[in-house]
Amino acid sequence: MEALVQVRDLDMAFPAGSARGQPVLLHVLHKLSFDIGPGETLGLVGESGSGKSTTGRILVGLTEPTGGSVKLFGRSITGPGRRASLAAVRARLQFVFQDPHAALDPRLRVGHSIAEPIDIAGTHSRRERNDRVRELLELVGLPRDSADRFPHEFSGGQRQRIVIARALALAPDFVVCDEPVSALDVSMQAQIINLLMDLQQRMGLSYLFIAHDLAVVRAVAQRVAVMYAGTIVESARREALYAQPQHPYTRALLDAVPRPDPGRARPPVVGGEVPSLLAPPAGCRFHTRCPHVMARCRSEVPLLRETAPGRQTACHLLDGAPPA
Amino acid sequence: MAAPLVSLDDVTVQFRTDRGWTTAVDGISFDIAERDCVGVVGESGSGKSVTALSLLRLHARGTSRFPRGQVRFGGQDLLTAPERDLRRIRGRDIAMVFQDPMSSLNPVLTVCDQISETLRLHQGLDRATARRRAIELLDLVRIPDAARRVDDYPHRLSGGMRQRVMIAIAIACRPRLLIADEPTTALDVTIQAQILELLRELRTELGMAVMLISHDLGVIAEFADRVIVMYAGRVVEDAPVDALFRSPRHPYTEGLMASMPALEGGITRLYAIPGRIPDPDEAIAGCRFGPRCRHAEAICRVAVPELLAIEGRHRVRCAPRTRATGGL
Repeated sequence: MEALVQVRDLDMAFPAGSARGQPVLLHVLHKLSFDIGPGETLGLVGESGSGKSTTGRILVGLTEPTGGSVKLFGRSITGPGRRASLAAVRARLQFVFQDPHAALDPRLRVGHSIAEPIDIAGTHSRRERNDRVRELLELVGLPRDSADRFPHEFSGGQRQRIVIARALALAPDFVVCDEPVSALDVSMQAQIINLLMDLQQRMGLSYLFIAHDLAVVRAVAQRVAVMYAGTIVESARREALYAQPQHPYTRALLDAVPRPDPGRARPPVVGGEVPSLLAPPAGCRFHTRCPHVMARCRSEVPLLRETAPGRQTACHLLDGAPPA
Repeated sequence: MAAPLVSLDDVTVQFRTDRGWTTAVDGISFDIAERDCVGVVGESGSGKSVTALSLLRLHARGTSRFPRGQVRFGGQDLLTAPERDLRRIRGRDIAMVFQDPMSSLNPVLTVCDQISETLRLHQGLDRATARRRAIELLDLVRIPDAARRVDDYPHRLSGGMRQRVMIAIAIACRPRLLIADEPTTALDVTIQAQILELLRELRTELGMAVMLISHDLGVIAEFADRVIVMYAGRVVEDAPVDALFRSPRHPYTEGLMASMPALEGGITRLYAIPGRIPDPDEAIAGCRFGPRCRHAEAICRVAVPELLAIEGRHRVRCAPRTRATGGL
């Protein structure tokens, strides 16, 4: 099956001033590759500074990468022809960000906000447009009269529903969700997760679901990629990844999540902090914190390679080991 | 049983809004024993932070008031004690760590200045002694290279390191109670694990009681001895940590646990508590969770349920669930 989203060797470096006359680059993404199929959710997890949000921004065309290629629906949105390709795919592409307060104009009525993509596309008559707004409100579980109200009249969870309704206005195929529930309370979070899953079922949507919360990602994503300091260290189907993490960083992340189980024997806590991207460590970027570090990890960059069907890990520990 | 370290009795906090006085916290009662760790869990607007602030009376003056209730500590009521006495208690007997270390630290003062401030104020240390003690404290909170770090400004430190500095300031005078309000919420998960471990170790080393406030049931489960669950300004459940997670008795606690996505076990659709968290000034008759409750009965819509013991130290504010034990 043709991938809807195809990312190859994605690189992103931001200029970050200069030192001794030399420009300094902040290398936030390093050789990222992944696919997302139709109707599929890829979860992207990692801690702050891992590059997951930058990846999301590149995929919706908000940031132009400094290297590598991104194909959406078979069209390349990188390199020459980027503008034309983006214009052609834009209607099929949407995003939902973390903060629903910042995402909505407080002076616009909700109906106006939701209809904005439709108005820009200019594809609907006035009446079709208003019908569509009502349909969208219903789709995301908001009362019909919400269209005439203002964002401040809604709770955080309801505002995120409004943002989702707007994202769906032009019936996209692919939606980037960047921490869509992390600003919400637990009880609201479950409602929005369920809504996103229902919409995927009904409309056949594909999602890139970016989150720092491993449990949330497990609930929504069929496949998960774990990022660390700008690289993907492991990617696998969710069942395999959570049951048998291969990369020591994935293991450390999972161990670090507090469980609602007071009797749990707590595993040892991984020390250290995420390295500076201005001077990332040589070799494996996790080697400064890895409990299993070997000599070659300090010099040789481990490549992301297939360790089992549909499963990739970048770790020297797995070299020569039989596939899991 | 020894007298508790702190005792909250019917604490009620109101804030002035455009529409008059709004009750943010409504009749909270619980004790914190010496060396005990009480976890307070709830969603936004539940009143957990407002409750914590009332232990130090840190609410803005003029726009807040305590229409009733007491916070008893060391023979005094902290809600009515003179400001002068409170200033002696704050930072010395009861210290606090907040969620966001960046906005709690002063950006133009070094780490040394900020730790020394507490030491010089409460313990009357001279500059050199305070500096030595500050370095010891940074060591105690596991900041590597403390002797050099002590002269850094906050912006030179990572989020995790800043939170360690905040903890160093808080424990500088060996408080008997540390209030930690979402101390790890702004941190990454591996750093959160480090900070929670640090707090656990310090608690034992210093023999202090801790009141940990969090929205995260996982954090509470791994840290607290006892858990207070708050909803819309009231305590709805209060139980030893094992009992609470083994058999939650309030429908809200049950719902919260069921709506948490898990890292183990089968992947199923999440349970979502219907409706939304009420606004503080929303009038709800009877049980404030009633409109969202799957088990609500007629009585729940009329009478405010009382917080009653169902077994041992397990208390629940739910009329149907406490009926058998003499609730009604």
